[in-house]
Amino acid sequence: MKIPEPRGSVSAGLLSFLSGQPGADPAGQEHLHELVTAQLRLVGDIIDDDDLQLALFCLYELHYGGLDGVDDCWEWNPDLIRVRQLLESPFEKALRTAAHECAPLASLPPAETLSSDDVADILFELAARDSGPSMSRHVARKATLEQLHEFLIHKSVYQLKEADPHTWAIPRLTGRAKAALVEIQADEYGGGRPDRMHSALFARTMRGLGLEDDFGAYVDTVPAISLASVNMMSLFGLNRRLRGAIAGHLAIYEMTSSRPNQLYGQGFRRHGFGAEVTGYFDEHVEADAVHEQIAGRDLAGGLVEAEPGLLGDVLFGATASLAIDARLSALIMDAWDNGRSSLRTAVMADR
Amino acid sequence: MNQDQQKPPGNGSIVLCPDGPILVRGDFDIVTPSGEPVPRQRQTVALCRCGASAIKPYCDGTHKMIKFRTEYPAAPEDSGVPESPQTDHSRA
Repeated sequence: MKIPEPRGSVSAGLLSFLSGQPGADPAGQEHLHELVTAQLRLVGDIIDDDDLQLALFCLYELHYGGLDGVDDCWEWNPDLIRVRQLLESPFEKALRTAAHECAPLASLPPAETLSSDDVADILFELAARDSGPSMSRHVARKATLEQLHEFLIHKSVYQLKEADPHTWAIPRLTGRAKAALVEIQADEYGGGRPDRMHSALFARTMRGLGLEDDFGAYVDTVPAISLASVNMMSLFGLNRRLRGAIAGHLAIYEMTSSRPNQLYGQGFRRHGFGAEVTGYFDEHVEADAVHEQIAGRDLAGGLVEAEPGLLGDVLFGATASLAIDARLSALIMDAWDNGRSSLRTAVMADR
Repeated sequence: MNQDQQKPPGNGSIVLCPDGPILVRGDFDIVTPSGEPVPRQRQTVALCRCGASAIKPYCDGTHKMIKFRTEYPAAPEDSGVPESPQTDHSRA
C-alpha cells in the first residue's frame, strides 16, 4: 500500500519511524512510545480518532501487503508490537463498550448447554435485530452516481483484501470450526480461480466505475470509522485469544450480507452498469446465503461446542461488527442526506 | 482443545438447515429434468427450500424475510410465528 498522509502526531511519528531501519533509532522508538502514551490520554473516542486509527491501520498493514518503501523486517519488530498493543488495548475496550450499547445481550443459558444450532439461532436473531440506517435501500433506489463512487471507496479499504483478516484464525481453530472456516475461505478466494476471488471481483467493480483498484489507493479519503471497521477485524484475527470474536464477526458479516448485496446490485443496475460491475454483488447474494449457514452453525457453533468459554467473545465479535457498521452507515447517510460528501477529501472534484 | 468426534460423512452430505435452505456438499451434479447441467459457481451450495429465492435453485436469504419455518414451535404461544401450517409456504 502507498504511504498514506499522516492525520496527526502519532501517525506522522509512526510513518517517519518506519522510513528508517528496524533497530537503528532507539531514541525515535522512545519518542514514538511517549507520543502514543500522551495522545491516548487526550483522545475521546478512539474508534473515531483519525490519527490513531490510521496508525493502527498502518501497523496492521505490515502483516498484510506491507507499506511501499517500508522494510518488511518491521513486521515483528518488538517495539512496534509494543506500540500496537498500546493502541489495541483501549481500542478493544471501546469496541466492547460499543458492542454492549448496540445490542445488550439478554441472559443466555450456560454455554456448555448450547448446541451449535442454538448458537446459530442466537446469531441469526442478532442479525435480524440489526436496525442500523439502511444504506442498501438508499443505494438501490436513490443514490447518485457520485454516491455510488463514494460507496465503493469506503468499501475498498476492506473489500480489496476481502477475507484476509479472517484467514488468520484458521491455524487457531481445530476440527469442525476449522473445516468450516476453510470451506468458507476457499469460496471467498475463488475456489482455485483467481478471477473469482471476491477481492478480484471487487477490483473489477471499481475499474468499471473508473476507480483505482490498488489496495489502499483511497485510504487518505476515508474517515476514521471506515478504518476502524477494518482494524477491528485485524485485531480479532491477529490475536489468538480473540478467535471467538473473529468467528462471531464472520458469522454476522455473512448473515447480514445477502439482502444488502441484492440491493447494491440493483443500485448499480439502475445506473446502467452491467454484469462486469454488478458481478461482485450478485456473487455475494448466492455465496453468503451458503456462508451464513456454515459460519453460524459449524464455525461459530462448532467453536462454542468445542470451547464453551468462547461464547462471550463470539457474541462480542458479532455485536461489535453490527455496532461499527451501523456507525459507518450513519455517517455516510448523514452526509448524503445533507447533500455532502461522506469522504474526507473531495476525490470526485476532478471527475 | 477437542478435535470433534463427528461421524465422517460419505461422498456427500445434505444439511437441512433449520428455517433455511438445504446445504449440499460433496460430489454431485445439479441438472435440469432433461439432464442439462445447472450453472454452478461453488463446491458447496445452498438450495432454496422456502420457494421465495430470486436465484433458484440457489438460496438468496429471502427465507429470513418471509419468516419461513421448517418446524413449528413446540409451544406456538411462545413465539411470534403464526400457528397455521399454511403460512409457511403462502408467500413463497
